[in-house]
Amino acid sequence: MSKLANLMVPGVAGAGVMIGAAYMLANTMVPEVHAPVAETMGLTAKAESAPAPVPMVYALGRPATPEEVAAWDIDVRPDGHGLPDGSGDVWTGEELYIDNCAVCHGDFGEAIGRWPVLAGGQGSLTDDRPVKTIGSYWPYLSTVYDYVNRAMPFGNAQSLSDDEVYAITAYLLYLNDLVDDDFVLDQESFAAFEMPNQPAFYMDDRADTEYALFTGEPCMTNCAETVQITARAAVVDVTPEDEAAREARAAAHEAEEAVVEVAAVAAEPAAVEAEPVAVTEPAAAGPDLIAAGEKVFKKCAACHQVGDGARNRSGPALNNILGHPAGAVDGFRYSSVFQDMQAAGLVWTEDELAAFLTAPKTYAAGTKMSFRGLSDEEDLTAVIAYLGSFAE
Amino acid sequence: MTDRTGPTRRALLGAMAAGGAAAAAGIARAGSDPAITEIQPWMQELGEGVDARPYGTPSRFEAHVKRRNVEWLTADPVSSVNFTPLHEMEGIITPNGLCFERHHAGIADVDPSVHRLMINGLVDRELVFTMEDLARFPRHNRVYFLECAANSGMEWRGAQLNGCQFTHGMIHNVMYTGVMLRDVLNAAGVQTAGKWILPEGADASGMTRSIPMEKALDDCMIATHMNGERLRPEQGYPVRLVVPGWEGNMWVKWLRRIEVGDQPWHHREETSKYTDLLADGQARRFTWAMDAKSVITNPSPQAPLTHGPGPTVLTGVAWSGRGTIPRVDVTLDGGKNWHQARMDGPSLDKSMHRFYFDFEWDGKPLLLQSRAHDSTGYVQPTKNQLRAVRGENSIYHNNGIQTWHVDARGEAENVEIG
Repeated sequence: MSKLANLMVPGVAGAGVMIGAAYMLANTMVPEVHAPVAETMGLTAKAESAPAPVPMVYALGRPATPEEVAAWDIDVRPDGHGLPDGSGDVWTGEELYIDNCAVCHGDFGEAIGRWPVLAGGQGSLTDDRPVKTIGSYWPYLSTVYDYVNRAMPFGNAQSLSDDEVYAITAYLLYLNDLVDDDFVLDQESFAAFEMPNQPAFYMDDRADTEYALFTGEPCMTNCAETVQITARAAVVDVTPEDEAAREARAAAHEAEEAVVEVAAVAAEPAAVEAEPVAVTEPAAAGPDLIAAGEKVFKKCAACHQVGDGARNRSGPALNNILGHPAGAVDGFRYSSVFQDMQAAGLVWTEDELAAFLTAPKTYAAGTKMSFRGLSDEEDLTAVIAYLGSFAE
Repeated sequence: MTDRTGPTRRALLGAMAAGGAAAAAGIARAGSDPAITEIQPWMQELGEGVDARPYGTPSRFEAHVKRRNVEWLTADPVSSVNFTPLHEMEGIITPNGLCFERHHAGIADVDPSVHRLMINGLVDRELVFTMEDLARFPRHNRVYFLECAANSGMEWRGAQLNGCQFTHGMIHNVMYTGVMLRDVLNAAGVQTAGKWILPEGADASGMTRSIPMEKALDDCMIATHMNGERLRPEQGYPVRLVVPGWEGNMWVKWLRRIEVGDQPWHHREETSKYTDLLADGQARRFTWAMDAKSVITNPSPQAPLTHGPGPTVLTGVAWSGRGTIPRVDVTLDGGKNWHQARMDGPSLDKSMHRFYFDFEWDGKPLLLQSRAHDSTGYVQPTKNQLRAVRGENSIYHNNGIQTWHVDARGEAENVEIG
């Protein structure tokens, strides 16, 4: 500790230490990026010409413990740096994928809605609509491991074990036809693996390929004989909201010289409030069961919220769902099968919820919910108890 | 959703348009203006006291000025983007509440008392800082724009979104207060082999980007404040990285760790995303700098000319990730003839600039464009010039010239011309 404190003494008084530090830092400041790249980066010229000022070293902060560094330093590089011990095979990966990933990315990596497509697309990069997937685009396998490990499953990040991340990564390679079904990913097979699109990437070359083209005094007068409109956004018509304002203005124009009385009209959405259906109160579930259900609910949390401030996301908010009509959460755009259920007066009793959650796609054919279902009866009971705890 | 007391956006615009039409037709002289001849409530009644608004908000008549989302762009608002209403703004500073947001796992709700910044990797001393520790480094104030690399990305294939908020609103420009990244790195002692840093966010996406050491030691900051107050949660409270002139994704929010290494990490946001796929199937990586760009904010599709012919103020903003903007050209006729716009307000390195062109509108249709020149001599290209080099699939770094068609009524539309 005292040695550290000495090293970090600030100010010009600690001359010996400071000179050492200055040399070291001067070395690190020498740009090794070649000139055009430096230009692209917009680095200031003064860094090259002016002598580097002696940097001040401030004795702030405290040493990180090895345990702290280990807890946060999870990043993995293409050379395998940072990859933990462990392994995972394709079939283990499939099970994990179906439970944790398919709800957004689809059973085969084809994606639900606008979630990222993970598989396919090989050979499409020069198409009008390229499909950029792990197999068709990603240059490094380490990126798959690192990203799944740090950020997935969406809404439950860093919940997978190292072996599970290995297995899911192996399965993603399999989905992309890059390995056979007996493939096992570990540090050794990782080192031997190369992604097919790796050679297609190269360093930013705008300084060489564009900047000369886009420099120089441009024409200011009589630069074109004729100018024609070749494309219009109004034809594409994908702009949100402001169309209303536009129409209002158009109407005002048409009224010409007439004085238009404009009343402040609050655009309240038509109130569609489902009448809660009286059902027998579900038996109060114990705190242990509810806690177990909370854990199971993590599988749902990527798309559903429940509790204080829960809002509709990919799936409807689930407050007060037990004992209430199906397909009736305010503001959620249901698929037609749920609209039909609501019309038929279906109510989410424990039995109905259990049937739905056991086999969603069988129970509600055509549902947007791509969850495979809960096969474990205890999980089912628990998650329903958990949902039941958010009754109003 | 609508403000209970204020007029709706629709009503307001309708009223403006009607008034404009009337004035243009020369019939506004009917009688005395009741706005003057009648006593308004605020002239007579007392207003709210000083305790009513401990943290002030804009006038209720400005409720339409807000960030907006384009729902179809993304799967879920938690991993999505909204847009700065450029057409409602003046000067060069973006108010904190209007700075566009882009999150990859929602807004992290970070408690600063348990937030730490760690420096690890190729350093002499792996260190941990509390927020109080960071505040003891010398502080600096700098105004920088932050532009998402995907700003205008929806326009590669042609005019698509009607409004500069949507075509150009993934940008904001604020004054940051913070400490120089080099001071913090020097405290840890970067080793000679340390050529790259990997900043990492504390949110559930664990955002990471590789940044070369030259940039880290040049002008990067660790910011704690924006426009004089603490960073907003959606902008990375309590600390974010500031990477001047470079694409917004690198400005890691909720910054919790910086690793020093000898090579880049090639993480998801610098391989799968934020790489520029060209027409030949090859892809540029590490396209960090944001090239010079400009857009006319008024008039524009969300901000039509409602006053009819006569004196007219055209305005817009311009910026470059490689310097300042000494000059902007404006055309009213689709590029047949250009005029130098009037630059007004501070001209700061890697900051937004404001330009004006004051002209007499004859009431005939206009084809408006602006063209930025930056301090390196670079001139903002047309969209077709960019397409000739890059094709239409690169998503990112679309800094092509924007065209608005203004019709005889003053309505503006996003168009392309040839």
